[in-house]
Amino acid sequence: MEKTLVDKIWKAHKVHEVEGAEVIYIDQQFLHEVTSPQAFDGLRNRGRDVFRKHKNLATADHNVPTINQHLPISEPLSRKQVKTLNENCAEFGVELFGLGHEKQGIVHVIGPELGYTKPGMTIVCGDSHTSTHGAFGAIAFGIGTSQVEQVLATQCLVLRKPKNMRITVDGTLQKGVFAKDVILYIISKLGTGGATGHFVEYAGSTIRNLSMEARMTVCNMSIEMGARGGLIAPDDITIDYVKDHFSGDPAVLPEAVQFWRSLTSDPGAVFDTEYHFDAADIEPMVTYGTNPGMGMKVTEAIPNTADAKPLSYMGLNNGDSLLGKKIQHVFIGSCTNSRIEDLRLVADFVKGKRKSDDVQVMIIPGSKRVEKQAREEGLDRIFEDAGFQLREPGCSACLGMNEDKIPSGEYCVSTSNRNFEGRQGPGARTILASPLTAAAAAINGKIVDIRKEL
Amino acid sequence: MEKFEQIQSTAIPLPIEHVDTDQIIPARFLKATTREGFGDNLFRDWRYDRSGTEIRDFVLNNSRYKGSILVAGQNFGCGSSREHAAWALYDYGIRVVVSSFFADIFKGNSLNNGLLPVQLTNEQMTTIFQAVEENPEVEFHVDLARQNFRILGTEHAFSFGIDPYKKMCLLNGYDDLDFLLSLEAEIETFEKQQQIY
Repeated sequence: MEKTLVDKIWKAHKVHEVEGAEVIYIDQQFLHEVTSPQAFDGLRNRGRDVFRKHKNLATADHNVPTINQHLPISEPLSRKQVKTLNENCAEFGVELFGLGHEKQGIVHVIGPELGYTKPGMTIVCGDSHTSTHGAFGAIAFGIGTSQVEQVLATQCLVLRKPKNMRITVDGTLQKGVFAKDVILYIISKLGTGGATGHFVEYAGSTIRNLSMEARMTVCNMSIEMGARGGLIAPDDITIDYVKDHFSGDPAVLPEAVQFWRSLTSDPGAVFDTEYHFDAADIEPMVTYGTNPGMGMKVTEAIPNTADAKPLSYMGLNNGDSLLGKKIQHVFIGSCTNSRIEDLRLVADFVKGKRKSDDVQVMIIPGSKRVEKQAREEGLDRIFEDAGFQLREPGCSACLGMNEDKIPSGEYCVSTSNRNFEGRQGPGARTILASPLTAAAAAINGKIVDIRKEL
Repeated sequence: MEKFEQIQSTAIPLPIEHVDTDQIIPARFLKATTREGFGDNLFRDWRYDRSGTEIRDFVLNNSRYKGSILVAGQNFGCGSSREHAAWALYDYGIRVVVSSFFADIFKGNSLNNGLLPVQLTNEQMTTIFQAVEENPEVEFHVDLARQNFRILGTEHAFSFGIDPYKKMCLLNGYDDLDFLLSLEAEIETFEKQQQIY
């Protein structure tokens, strides 16, 4: 019988079956400081060691400051959590790229760039945006801390196979429309719970034409429509990227490439749910509410059917347009949009321009490597001339957990992934958008249609 | 994990859709390195204003409503994978969350912590919300073995679905790790035949 790519990878990792659930082997686990301490405690309480140390990799990202990372973290609880990660990794022999390490960064940025993420793998992390790694044709998904402990102890999880969904996008994107707009558009059509219970395969010519970094942006936000994860079948673009970042024995590469090329859904494979979208219908997107499903084309007005509670939180009304809306902050960063291509796009646009005096702009590179590369390419000087602050890597203002927060009642155009109430700090009002829409908002002090600025 | 068999309690109604885990427990309260104490900050920004004063309108501050059952709108627990959301609800005293559907990760986390997610139809949810609104003292009975949810004092009895494996775990107080550790030999055999690059 014809199989989907998810079915194939799933089957290749099945260890055991129990009462309709399956025991699935996990090839790679990523760890960070927030969702791992209780898992390591669990191991200690049971007197267990980490089962496969080399299949686990840790970094510090959620709690870290994004300036003066060489100094001790000033907030005591954050400092303790990062210290606990260091101690746990040392005690259990888990590799750690901690604060200050040249390979440190947001967990979903460093996995691919350091060659850990490869096609056909099963990948987990105590973080819902683990779906990012699906861009390589991997089954990658977020888990809770109890499951982090299970993977540490056995490299396995007890799971029920999700349903299959395929989302096909065909055609050429308009100038000024990016991967972030594609995924915000899809989420606005399906809604914040529209893919719950499913694993999504993204397909179609639009997806095929995206770079690996753009594909990561798409897969990253799969969870924002409730999907367990999202993936894209490997092709030449994937294989070129993986070969460039490969850290294993080069002698196995030819065989590996052959295997990676085999990772596709069979032509007749049946998906439980299918959606088709036309790239020509996609415009630059913005969100207006308090979940990522509440998004619209930047030229549209807030629907009259939108709920009162989220609009009241956002200080917006039914029928409002966001074009011309004054904003106070721009955040360019997060596991969704903090890679070198994002920074290059922004730099290319802002070169020779200057931000509005009314706007604060933070650019947070996804990793030390991205930061280094940006500086080597001279992007830091372009940002500085524009009044944008290039800081050090971390999750930053994506989640209001570290020092980078948006003040209550103020608007932030953010390239991150969630506009939940309080996500960027209590009372903060988040408008999700692409890096270029965010950069244009910084220059103009208000939301504009980026297509008119290019 | 504690066993879950049955519970009888009044309920707390939260008829809001798409309650995300950032609302259940905001990120700034995730800095603890243990599992305890998260209940104090359950629904923190809906429960307290910026000065720390209780927000009267919020249901957890309304003395009419109490109990170990939370009745919530659809897509409860969406967003972040933080297990702290399940810990916060449990620590506060919630043992059952009822909704017309749950976000996948939250559902899994709940089941791993002895917090039972009961999924019912929209129509059944309407009946439950009405019953609580009309009489906050109304009690509900949840029987996991029979997969049955009853509104006491009425003829309403709803059956609910649950993964048979998770049901067995909850009834016995087992967690996945107990089971996985028993498979160590099988896991090692799998590793030997696995093709990896």
